[in-house]
Amino acid sequence: MTEEEDRVEYAEQNAMLHRFFDSVMTEPIPARMYMKRPAWIDYARAALLVGGGIALGLAMPWLRPEPTVISVSAPPLPIRAARAHLVYSPEVRHPVEVDAKDKDHLVKWLSKRLGMPLKVPVLSNEGFELLGGRLLPGADGPVAQFMYQDTTGKRLTLYVSPPHAGERVTAFRFAQDNGVSVFYWIDKDLDYALSGEVDKPTLARVASSVYRQIEP
Amino acid sequence: MDYNLIVPFIPNLRRYARALVGDREGADDLVQDTLERAVRKFHLWRPGDLRAWLFSIMHNVFVNQLKARKSGVQVEIDENALAAPIPTANSVDVLDLQAALMKLPMEQREVVLLVALEDMSYADVSRSLGIPIGTVMSRLSRGRERLRGYMAGEVTRTGPLRVIQ
Repeated sequence: MTEEEDRVEYAEQNAMLHRFFDSVMTEPIPARMYMKRPAWIDYARAALLVGGGIALGLAMPWLRPEPTVISVSAPPLPIRAARAHLVYSPEVRHPVEVDAKDKDHLVKWLSKRLGMPLKVPVLSNEGFELLGGRLLPGADGPVAQFMYQDTTGKRLTLYVSPPHAGERVTAFRFAQDNGVSVFYWIDKDLDYALSGEVDKPTLARVASSVYRQIEP
Repeated sequence: MDYNLIVPFIPNLRRYARALVGDREGADDLVQDTLERAVRKFHLWRPGDLRAWLFSIMHNVFVNQLKARKSGVQVEIDENALAAPIPTANSVDVLDLQAALMKLPMEQREVVLLVALEDMSYADVSRSLGIPIGTVMSRLSRGRERLRGYMAGEVTRTGPLRVIQ
């Protein structure tokens, strides 16, 4: 048989096979063949990954991820101070817990709670008189807030907090939060923040007075 | 990998399996086993010729099925399962053709069908069956030769395959 005859013969063979079997192509596909990936494969794969991870962690401790520490760190000092200012300075009837007329008691009480002798600066020269003060929950515990008011009713608050872990000694800093201006500084024993909805030069002037009176 | 990539090949797999196995049930079981194995082996598939990959899986499943049956390469044809419509207008009927195919050694049948039905290149057949191209060519020519012989009247139909018209 020649190659040409072979070719013709094989083409016929192909045609015959197609004739008989091509109808299978158009038969409806049995539903079972439209399978979803069996769920056990996913489970098995997940188990394998988890198991592998555990095994790897046991075998190679240095590959273990650092324990996830959810950051619950308090907002920075000026933010804490500004928020306290926003909460209490608008108070008409109860701006303070202890009135300025019980100043001695106020200072004793707050010094005891903060575990530190507190000084309450006198800001009359700057136009602000002490209204009183209150105890607040701070980042790590009790915090003191003193409130001052000028003749127009404008109020300043001095936020005094035991040092919060992670906050380093700083010089005078300025910050703003929600319209509240804050001058703050952190010294060895206590953190201070003076907040008010006043212009920056005014606040700076008062803050430096506070600073001079507290630092001997 | 997505199963949806495989679905378009199901008709091809079924057609090939029908011709390879001979009966509808057995063929669809082969396809089903092939699909399940393909799904399990998804992660081994590297982007490339998906069709050749699927046919290679079918080949392996088929070989395993034959081994499991321990009936050699002889596959019994269940006449009742051959429910496919018989095109009587043709000079040969499907039982003649099926009988002839089943008489081919399995190795030759695979190559003939992949080339004739799937129009596969020798390279793809070689990949699908895991045999060298030279082997593909020799099995093809021997298989075609035998098939021609059977269809030319050398088929001796026996037993349940006899169809009396």
